Amino acid sequence: MLKALKSIYARSEPAKAYSLLSPALILVILVMLIPLTLMLSFSFFTQTSFTEINYSFTVQRYIDFFQKNLLVSLLIKSIKISFLVTLITLLTAYPVCYYIAFYVKKNKMLWLVLLTLPFWTSYLLRVFSWKIILGTKGVINSSLINVGLLNEPLTFLMYSETAVIITLTHAWAAFALLPLYVSLDKIDFSLIEAGRDLGLSRFEVFWKITLPLSLPGIIGAILIIFIPTVGDYVTPALLGGTDGRMLSNMIQGYFGKINNIPLGAASATIMLFTVAIVTIAVSYSTKKLSQRMS
Amino acid sequence: MEQKNNTLLIYTLLYFAFLYVPVLFLPLFSFNDGNYMSFPLTGFTTEHYEEMWSKSNLHNALWASIKVGVVASTVSTTIALFAAKAFARYKFRGQNISYGAIMMPFLIPEIILAVSLLIIWLALGFKLGLVPVTLGHILFCTPFAMLILIARIEGFDFSLEEASRDLGENAWGTFFRVSLPLYLPGIIASLLLSFIISFDEFVLAFFLTGSDATLPMYMWAQMRFVQKLPHVLALGAVIIVFTTLIVLLAFWLRNLGQGKKKAEFGINIHE
Repeated sequence: MLKALKSIYARSEPAKAYSLLSPALILVILVMLIPLTLMLSFSFFTQTSFTEINYSFTVQRYIDFFQKNLLVSLLIKSIKISFLVTLITLLTAYPVCYYIAFYVKKNKMLWLVLLTLPFWTSYLLRVFSWKIILGTKGVINSSLINVGLLNEPLTFLMYSETAVIITLTHAWAAFALLPLYVSLDKIDFSLIEAGRDLGLSRFEVFWKITLPLSLPGIIGAILIIFIPTVGDYVTPALLGGTDGRMLSNMIQGYFGKINNIPLGAASATIMLFTVAIVTIAVSYSTKKLSQRMS
Repeated sequence: MEQKNNTLLIYTLLYFAFLYVPVLFLPLFSFNDGNYMSFPLTGFTTEHYEEMWSKSNLHNALWASIKVGVVASTVSTTIALFAAKAFARYKFRGQNISYGAIMMPFLIPEIILAVSLLIIWLALGFKLGLVPVTLGHILFCTPFAMLILIARIEGFDFSLEEASRDLGENAWGTFFRVSLPLYLPGIIASLLLSFIISFDEFVLAFFLTGSDATLPMYMWAQMRFVQKLPHVLALGAVIIVFTTLIVLLAFWLRNLGQGKKKAEFGINIHE
């Protein structure tokens, strides 16, 4: 019997594959899916006192969320900041990846190492370095005052939405560079040459050949920047002040000082849905777009 | 290949400056003799480094981060090695869904993972501390480790393993004598990079550590006080140098023995 089972196992590829996968799948179920389900259930409860929660079902937390102007405006602001960061990063990073993919001939390896290196250095320190640059006594202000261009420090640099956008653009850039570079590097250059030989202008070649072929990288970059930035906590907390506050800072408050775990869980769930909707919308619209182009 | 384009070259170099220069201010001001991080520099000193070394809280935080990082990187690399082998070796139903599920932590804002782990940990009545942080880090490092290992295992000649089995080695013998030596550069690269991710991770630690601070938590707590900033700069500079060296070592290992196979650096998101 055991032998028969063993020989079935030895011949069954799915059985082998799933036994290899089981530790990873168990990890995802225990440490992610079950906690997320529990978070979702908590969003339907009520915090009755500092330590007590009433576990009867209610959708009141979601009503609370949309009735609180602050929360809705923070959600909108988070989406807006993320959207701007994504757009700026894409526009500024694309030419860099294009250059490395098509112009660099020697030591491509070195360029790639340099491109990815900042991604691995501490995120907290990357954000912190902008505090040094933008602060009232920071690099920009002290330099401008020294040169004599300013008498008073520029206060709008720090603790503002602009500061958050600049910092996030810098902190997540390395994420965008990778998928963009990989998709551009895969393009067969003879297609571009063929386009030129057929009399298309440089702009037409880019618009009709290069850009559509690099779409997978663009989608990858959009998602990989939008998802973490919409839920970013560190940057708005260190550099945002009140103007640059985002939804995450409120979520942290509900789990900390304010102590309203159900409302915090509801806010986190709404953020998760936002991310899911954006992911689906981006993937779907680019799929449509690439169908129309080809 | 395109011909030369100097405008684009200059733009690219400026972009690299944008990526690198901000971070370089940390080591620069860490040697500055003065409490403010502003120009002009007032003088050279190493006293911030001495001050940094004298903090016992920092030693505790460093030790906590090392413990969490070693456990998280070892466990996630082991789990990821099995998973990577399954994806590289077999075709099976549910392949895409399984792949998506394992990559999921990458597609969810970290704060949400942190909050959901916090809820379940408190609901179970456990004490916050380094254990839930480590669990969170294992979850977060596994997709990274798997991508690194798949890149290594893909294109691996599995007939070598079959030959070993045919010649009478059992499964463990084949694994330790044939597969492991061939995967080893990838495994070490994955261990190093997972360690770095865990070592630098902030958000999960912020929600789950309780009173045992990790190194990023220690820095966070110091960043609020202007008079304490200089020694945070020194610490930051040390961390940047240390991370850079480890990452370069990991890159070098990843490409070792890859021959002409195209080396892709860092993370390649599957389309």
